[in-house]
Amino acid sequence: MEQKITHHLTDDILMAYAAGTLPEAFNLMVATHVSLCDECRAVVESYDALGGEVLDQAPGNDIALTPGSFAATMALIAGGTPDEIRTPRMRDAVLPQPLLDYVGGGFDNVKWRSVGMGVKQAILPTSKDASARLLYIPAGAAMPDHGHNGIEMTMVLQGAFQDEDDYFARGDVEVADSDMHHTPVADIHEDCICLAVTDAPLRFQGLLPKIAQRFARI
Amino acid sequence: MKDSDGKRMQWVDHMIRIRDHQDQAAFAALFGHFAPRVKGFLMKSGADASLAEEVAQEVMATCWHKANMFDPARASVATWIFTIARNRKIDVLRKQRRPEPEDLAWGPEEEPDQADVMALQQESEQLGRAIAELPPAQRELIQKAYFGDLSHSEIADQTGLPLGTIKSRIRLALERLRHAMK
Repeated sequence: MEQKITHHLTDDILMAYAAGTLPEAFNLMVATHVSLCDECRAVVESYDALGGEVLDQAPGNDIALTPGSFAATMALIAGGTPDEIRTPRMRDAVLPQPLLDYVGGGFDNVKWRSVGMGVKQAILPTSKDASARLLYIPAGAAMPDHGHNGIEMTMVLQGAFQDEDDYFARGDVEVADSDMHHTPVADIHEDCICLAVTDAPLRFQGLLPKIAQRFARI
Repeated sequence: MKDSDGKRMQWVDHMIRIRDHQDQAAFAALFGHFAPRVKGFLMKSGADASLAEEVAQEVMATCWHKANMFDPARASVATWIFTIARNRKIDVLRKQRRPEPEDLAWGPEEEPDQADVMALQQESEQLGRAIAELPPAQRELIQKAYFGDLSHSEIADQTGLPLGTIKSRIRLALERLRHAMK
């Protein structure tokens, strides 16, 4: 474990991850945070346990299997591969494992696009019901102030940022809802890299003209 | 120890027999209990009967193939099967991949401590009993959270379920794993 994580994901999001009802971008956020945070990993696995008990208690008697179901499963087993061979996967100092698949490589492979004021972003390929992107904010620079239509979660991967209320370092997540208007500023010691996910388009206020928003797909 | 504790330990024992001896009788028992429930889970999630049947068979086959990945100090057999079924549901029904956290795989050569296994299985039993004893409306809410697409904002606050104890247990298991991986 690295330094202590003080800003965690909320229980309802961790539960929804266990239940399997979140949009893909949110799943990516949870998987990334949990890779660095054993506290939230334990919460997720507790909700897995709840799911297991619900499954165990579900009535099984009124569900009929197809005749020959067991034999068909044994045939699947006989024909299947034991387990995919676990190749030692690459490691990256900035990107936890779940992000490597979405970037298609390590941190050096991220395809950044400038969105102005030195801020860069890379949109990650997820299902359309929510979006995920990496953000690059130069040390000491302010993120453009933005309001929210839905839930937005921002997790620090490198450096740190602070807003009006708090300080966020690697592994910390800020969960913001539609009531919140904030102006995060990157810590001056290092450029800040974040994973940000949202289930609504962001409305940047001020700095970024509308046309640029459309161009940048944010 | 109560009978129902014994049931969970028995499932664990079945999994170990499948893993170590490819024991078909043990697998048949596991299949008889869990395959219909997995099928029901998939049908409640929107699959028709024939797709649910197909996926339930795949889920049970995965149980066999990945028996060496099952860690009874961190999960009950029901929990483990639930996670496999859930992942297949996302894959097949929602046509999405599910990002998984970085793996903390335990080496098969390091068998978990039997006392830890017993404790975790007993806490699963307590959790199961707590669900069974909930007022019907609350129990239904929990079921819908996992067997449907209900919002989770209120459900996560459910008090009275002994999630704290099982969380502490899992947290300890994770610490041991982290320690062993160093």
